Amino acid sequence: MNYHWNWGIFFEPNPMGTGTYLDMLLSGLALTLKTAVLAWIIALIFGSIVGVMRTLPSRAAYWFGFCWVEFFRNMPLLVQLFLWFFVLPELLPKAAGTWLKQLPNAPFWTAAIGVGFFMSARVAVQLQAGIGSLPRGQKMAATALGLTTMQGYRYVLLPMAFRIILPPLTSEFLNTIKNTAVAITIGLLELTGQARSMQEFSFQVFEAFTAATLIYLLVNAVVVTSMRFLERYVAIPGYITGK
Amino acid sequence: MFSNLDFDVIRRALPYLFYEGMTFTLTLTALAGLGGLIFGTAIALMRLSGYKVLGRIAGVYVDFMRSLPLVLVIFWFYFLVPYIGQWITGASRPISVGAFASSLITFIMFEAAYFSEIMRAGIQSISRGQPAAANALGLTYAQTMRYVVLPQAFRNMLPVLLTQTIVLFQDTSLVYVLSIPDFLGAASKVAQRDGRLVEMYLFAAVVYFTISCVASFGVRRLQARIAIIR
Repeated sequence: MNYHWNWGIFFEPNPMGTGTYLDMLLSGLALTLKTAVLAWIIALIFGSIVGVMRTLPSRAAYWFGFCWVEFFRNMPLLVQLFLWFFVLPELLPKAAGTWLKQLPNAPFWTAAIGVGFFMSARVAVQLQAGIGSLPRGQKMAATALGLTTMQGYRYVLLPMAFRIILPPLTSEFLNTIKNTAVAITIGLLELTGQARSMQEFSFQVFEAFTAATLIYLLVNAVVVTSMRFLERYVAIPGYITGK
Repeated sequence: MFSNLDFDVIRRALPYLFYEGMTFTLTLTALAGLGGLIFGTAIALMRLSGYKVLGRIAGVYVDFMRSLPLVLVIFWFYFLVPYIGQWITGASRPISVGAFASSLITFIMFEAAYFSEIMRAGIQSISRGQPAAANALGLTYAQTMRYVVLPQAFRNMLPVLLTQTIVLFQDTSLVYVLSIPDFLGAASKVAQRDGRLVEMYLFAAVVYFTISCVASFGVRRLQARIAIIR
């Protein structure tokens, strides 16, 4: 292989004048994590609401949840980001559209919202399955105790369901982190984007991508390990995952 | 709100979008799905083979691929494949690989990790008695897999495999980062040439949505029909 290796490249100054190439990658990592966390909060909030709606007795609520999930699941994430970024500002009233376009950090907000809504459909499906896996008696017992539907979900069903679906939620969170890389297409300089621009500036393709790969693996390992702790911390005695 | 939109631009671009773009997308989806299934099955067999080393290698490969964003993997292979080609053919400089070949290799290697997990679950769903019975009948390992285990595993997992293929179909849109004219890339090219981003992206969204919806509806029907009653 006649490729010219240069592992020292990480400590050379980058052409943007923001420190070394390593600083560039680390700022990318920070942006990846910020986007992923905001997207995950959006996904959890909307996913929980929609997931609960899919288990309610009301037909209308069920259909709303069904449409929500199908809408966000049947379009590639990339297309959804384009819709949020390029299409939405044009379809809004002129003033709102202009405001949206001139927003500072528009790629960041678009990525967080786009990935967040995309993932909310997956969270909703998981939560629906989690609620569905609870014995019928739990809901009945809640009703018999005089809890309203709202209280039944709040105090009985959801605390159980969320514990049950914690492992799949972990992998959905990992997917959220990975999916932020798609935002490179709307100009978000997250980790993959920074690795790509490092490659363009320095021509050290493989060093740049190796570093990004290692950082992603590290982030994965940290998330998986901390979620194992959380799982053990919230486990319910008597269940398979319990103490 | 739609007053100053020109939907005629879509009609004019239709031949290009479908003959070039959609053909690329569908060919890539089909070939990558097939290749991913073959490699994925091989990886699953490695993991379940009982040879510790083989199992470890396969496991590390799957975990590795599944922790990386697809966009990064696409970049990796785009730059790496010419060097691998040079190494295999012994050429004096990195060989040039077409956009299609490069993305096909990427998606086969990437999807193999996901398909292998599905096939592993499928193989593990076969009761232990079956390979034991095949063994008692004098079938070799290869024959057991070929005639007894894999056909059933494949059938049990068909709906999941097809669902994963729909995901793959959507994921192929990410070759956009290499400026390859797949369906979305073609739509984006027209959009930028004619300054009609809104119309073209809306149209692309509708097309992807329709195909995925129809396909997942078909998978649900299939699932109900082929379910084995136990």
